[in-house]
Amino acid sequence: MGIKIYLEKCYGCKVCVPSCPFGLIEIVDKKAVIKDGCNLCGACVSTCKFKAIEIIRDVKVTIDKSLYKGVWIFAEQRNGQLANVAKELLGEGRKLADELGEPLVAVLLGHNIESEAKQLVAYGADQVFVADAPQLEHFLEDSYTQVLVDLVQKERPNIILMGATAIGRSLAPKVAARLETGLTADCTGLDVDVAEKNLLQTRPAFGGNLMATILCPNHRPQMATVRPKVFKPLEPDLGRKATITKVDLSKTQWEIRAKILEIVNEVGHSVNLEEANIIVSGGRGLCDPKNFELVRELADTLGAAVGASRAAVDSGWIPYAHQVGQTGKTVGPKVYIACGIRGAIQHLAGMQSSDIIVAINKDPDAPIFKLATYGIVGDVLEILPMLTKEFKKALG
Amino acid sequence: MKIVVCVKQVPDTTEVKINPETNTLIREGVASILNPFDMYAVEEAIRIKEKVGGTVIVLSMGPPQVAEQLKETIAMGADEAILVSDRAFAGSDTLATSYALSKAIEKIADVNLVICGKQAIDGDTAQVGPEIAEKIGIPHLTYVKKIEAISETEITLERMNEDGYERVQMPLPGLITVVKEINEPRLPSLKGMMRSKKAEIPIWSAADIDADPAKCGLNGSPTWVKRIFIPEIKCQGEIFSGEPEEQVKFLVNALVGRKIVV
Ligand SMILES: Cc1cc2nc3c(=O)[nH]c(=O)nc-3n(C[C@H](O)[C@H](O)[C@H](O)COP(=O)(O)OP(=O)(O)OC[C@H]3O[C@@H](n4cnc5c(N)ncnc54)[C@H](O)[C@@H]3O)c2cc1C
Ligand SMILES: Nc1ncnc2c1ncn2[C@@H]1O[C@H](COP(=O)(O)O)[C@@H](O)[C@H]1O
Repeated sequence: MGIKIYLEKCYGCKVCVPSCPFGLIEIVDKKAVIKDGCNLCGACVSTCKFKAIEIIRDVKVTIDKSLYKGVWIFAEQRNGQLANVAKELLGEGRKLADELGEPLVAVLLGHNIESEAKQLVAYGADQVFVADAPQLEHFLEDSYTQVLVDLVQKERPNIILMGATAIGRSLAPKVAARLETGLTADCTGLDVDVAEKNLLQTRPAFGGNLMATILCPNHRPQMATVRPKVFKPLEPDLGRKATITKVDLSKTQWEIRAKILEIVNEVGHSVNLEEANIIVSGGRGLCDPKNFELVRELADTLGAAVGASRAAVDSGWIPYAHQVGQTGKTVGPKVYIACGIRGAIQHLAGMQSSDIIVAINKDPDAPIFKLATYGIVGDVLEILPMLTKEFKKALG
Repeated sequence: MKIVVCVKQVPDTTEVKINPETNTLIREGVASILNPFDMYAVEEAIRIKEKVGGTVIVLSMGPPQVAEQLKETIAMGADEAILVSDRAFAGSDTLATSYALSKAIEKIADVNLVICGKQAIDGDTAQVGPEIAEKIGIPHLTYVKKIEAISETEITLERMNEDGYERVQMPLPGLITVVKEINEPRLPSLKGMMRSKKAEIPIWSAADIDADPAKCGLNGSPTWVKRIFIPEIKCQGEIFSGEPEEQVKFLVNALVGRKIVV
């Protein structure tokens, strides 16, 4: 077990040296040497053209992979309403299921949610499992894990996808730990290796500086959470037919330890950033908290949500709930307008999957322009009021 | 009240830069820091201790040099810090990491509350906390932004979601992961710094925590990294030029004219 360099295959070409995210490869006497501290991330292995680097594992395959079939998506609902991410997962899941020649199955947990089950069919599911019980009305880790794990053990899916939402990111690791299987967080790209029936899961790491493709080759099911807004739903087809199966919960042993006392909805007075189609975001370039008013005016004109960089949040100009980025929210609107934001990698990590990015910055070398679809080089304080006025005119 | 806080050492990702010519990472001078989110966890543990009494034990898994850095948490006010370190743990994914940490927590014994950060900034997975809880068999709640009340047997808290937050009650022992909104971590005190200088950080091996080698490191990790690559920045877009008025008109035309904004 560990990392091995086959000296006879290594020509000291140095190609692997910069591939190590930790800078631990050196060439000594024309051979690559790995210094102490290697955490076996494997980044160097695929860069070697001579196959001189290998990660060696004691692989004990204890499961029969052929027994596991089907691409499952966890159909998240909140307050009885299907989350958008469930439809996005069906869109992507459909592609994976077709390539694998396996069915696409949606699993819906809740109470009195029959109508949402029909939506799942329209958005592409071949089969829907509905677990309906008062205990499942609101998400709780214990009840949801129990029902899901029971169903997985009975039906043996090959793949389970969940949204990388507050619910998905709490539920998925609990389910994966109970099933003793792998889980890849926050994926932004999915593909399959049809021969091995493996899911290729691509996700950002190191604050978006690197991307990693992850496999779960010897365990089933293969589990991943997927970022909202990255994949597109299919056009709903109300004529689609599929089986809707009620999950038998009569033997379920409910052991629910936590208790919800109150659900407080705060989005009423501000547009939900994660679901917004347009976001206008402000950064330190606004120079003063009162200039956020200019951002709000443009946002109101466009029916957009208001975002912010961490610098603006840390300066106390706007609450943390508006922060976009690695330590804030991940968004993927149709249009993202960055006003006076430099475009630090931590900020980009939260908004780079936006369809169209508009940057307004007085510094033409600001990194945000590298990502921008459209860029305006100028003073935001001057540009913003003009933009609001022009949009008002154009939109009538 | 016995509280364990899980803290990870991570590379400071703000320092990581890409060399645009070779498209490789520039790593020189990239400092290792304690995961910023875990500092909120340490702070919250100390606040609970100040309110209801007890001990705060900081726990980390990583290479031996982490021990020195864990002293920062003692300077803040943690009572002890323990490092789990062994070559057998190299290559751990979240399942293997949570296994090792859960074995260490079982060795510490009689723990009422485990606090983790929301996520670690190197991997950003947010999985280790909930996985530890499941392995020990205790309940967990994520994204906690406020603790309303706590005793040795019960916690009442607020946890965030996309729509707002929920007030939830959970029996202890249990595990929570905390977000930035929960507090403002304190700076080390002079007394704390003195204490941290003298502190001994025990290092536990895989054998010390009675870990099954098959569940550790590479062998205990179901997920494998197949490839790591530097993301391509999208192709260069259109940067308008000219007077501000002109640029604004171009943009409005591009968005409204193409019916992107309606
Ligand atoms: C662990 C960690 C996590 C982080 N997470 C996040 C995160 O989630 N989100 C996030 O945003 N950041 C995050 N950061 C911080 C990030 O590194 C940057 O510091 C931050 O994004 C910078 O914000 P900014 O672009 O608003 O400010 P600055 O970097 O100060 O940039 C301001 C920009 O405005 C321009 N400007 C100034 N005046 C004007 C004007 N009058 N008109 C037009 N343009 C003007 C300047 O040219 C400059 O480009 C994180 C950092 C760390 C260490
Ligand atoms: N090696 C580790 N040592 C101690 N705590 C860890 C370690 N890895 C993860 N954690 C804890 O788990 C949380 C989530 O980490 P992650 O799942 O890696 O995003 C962190 O904020 C830490 O509290």
